[in-house]
Amino acid sequence: MIDLSLLTDGGVGWLDASGPSSHLVLSTRIRLARNLAGRVFQGRNSETEREDILQIVEGAARDTVLLRRAIKFRLDRLERTERQLLHERHLVSKELAGLDADGRVRSGASVLVQDRLGVMLNEEDHLRLQGLHSGFALDAAYAEVDRLDAELGQRLAFAFHSEFGYLTSCPTNVGTGLRASVLIHLPGLVLTKEISKVLQGLAQVGLTFRGLYGEGSEVVGNFFQLSNQTTLGSSEYELLDHLGKMVRQVMDYEEQARQVLLRDAPAIIEDKVWRAYGLLRYARALSFEESMNLLSGVRLGVGVSLIPDVGMYTLNKLLVYTQPAHLAVAEGVVPNDPELPVRRAQFVRKVLESEVGRRG
Amino acid sequence: MPCEQCQEREAVIHLTQIVNEQVTTLHLCERCAAEKGVESPGSQPKTPLGSFLAAMGEELPEQVPAPRTGETCSRCGGSLQDFRESGRLGCPDCYRSFEVPLRDLLRRLHGSTHHMGERYADHEAAPAPGAGAAPPEDRHQAAELREQLRLAVETENFELAAELRDRLRVLE
Repeated sequence: MIDLSLLTDGGVGWLDASGPSSHLVLSTRIRLARNLAGRVFQGRNSETEREDILQIVEGAARDTVLLRRAIKFRLDRLERTERQLLHERHLVSKELAGLDADGRVRSGASVLVQDRLGVMLNEEDHLRLQGLHSGFALDAAYAEVDRLDAELGQRLAFAFHSEFGYLTSCPTNVGTGLRASVLIHLPGLVLTKEISKVLQGLAQVGLTFRGLYGEGSEVVGNFFQLSNQTTLGSSEYELLDHLGKMVRQVMDYEEQARQVLLRDAPAIIEDKVWRAYGLLRYARALSFEESMNLLSGVRLGVGVSLIPDVGMYTLNKLLVYTQPAHLAVAEGVVPNDPELPVRRAQFVRKVLESEVGRRG
Repeated sequence: MPCEQCQEREAVIHLTQIVNEQVTTLHLCERCAAEKGVESPGSQPKTPLGSFLAAMGEELPEQVPAPRTGETCSRCGGSLQDFRESGRLGCPDCYRSFEVPLRDLLRRLHGSTHHMGERYADHEAAPAPGAGAAPPEDRHQAAELREQLRLAVETENFELAAELRDRLRVLE
């Protein structure tokens, strides 16, 4: 079994709820797509070429300040549960982890991780630089990834076109190669049924949304990943500025929706959030989806000060460690073990008991 | 009911539109709907580019001259057909081999074909930490915007032109 404790803070530092607006925004992620000049893209290259890329990029990364001490995980040499674990920690994409429908891992699929920074290798593009920060922190997260980009760019020759910018395997990423995503919790907008209007509005201003695990994933627990749709025609600064402004607006809408709920249906909301807490605290079997929805309810309760004494950090921890692979690894079973819902409920009870005390 | 567009296939998508305060309903088959940019849940393309690629395929014979280097990319041997099927290009050189159709696609995907972000060579010239986070120099940007605006007007892309004009106003 892979040892995630080798990572500083186990790769979940972004969950410590220390970042700005962390009651609404779980994390901010920045990703830059880069390819090596003069080499065919991943879709057409061979196993040997992917090994080459891995060696070249790792060599360059070991020479940088920001990835000198990086831990390397070779996805192609890991068991499925281990790959799923890395995916659940948001360290690798579903595609790189080989968790797509065909379930195959590409040879050479790897990730380098050091603190909040990482590089996925042999993903859709040769390199996917990424940075993950706690809370709403677009500028800080970008500045860090940008430094890594500069460090690697001095040591590697990236494919760049004077008109089109950084060249990527898929034209949707060309130009800046930048995808900035903000993982935001919007239960108020979901409960007031305003959410579809807000999401439609975002689409009209060139933004897109995804579920908890990024591209192709479903929305669970009222978590939405908001990100820029286009990557070409605006500078990195403009893309981030635009996304930031829109996220701030969505945060305002969410706060307003919460106020409306508290004003117009205080008893219903109070019942809803305490009911969620009660179920988490005493249920004997919880599916992942159910626990996510209940955690969303409690999170809302904490956010509007109806439930005291439960910390965001505790909720974030539950969010991560109740995921199938995390729980399975901790319990020494497989992620589709039929006993898992029972173990999940036990785990949640234990954490709430020890971290929240006996009130409620 | 047959599709109102091609009169051949069965209409499966019923699109209600409001034009000049008149409500009209179009009955379309999946393919004709996709051409109009409408996707039914069942017709989700394999790649996010699906509809763009489908449209591109339809328009290629009339609108786009053959790529300069022939049917395939001289570097990787990939063809536009490969791209349409996978949604991914073969190598960096494909952007030169298929420059004309790609420029058209990029305009539709991003509303622009001009990279306005950090330039790769900048890293060699000024590797200062965080340098890229600073706003670009306004004057340089305004010049680029004016050039884009001119192109947008020329190609009658008025939506883009309006957006560019707004951005120019903010800058100036």
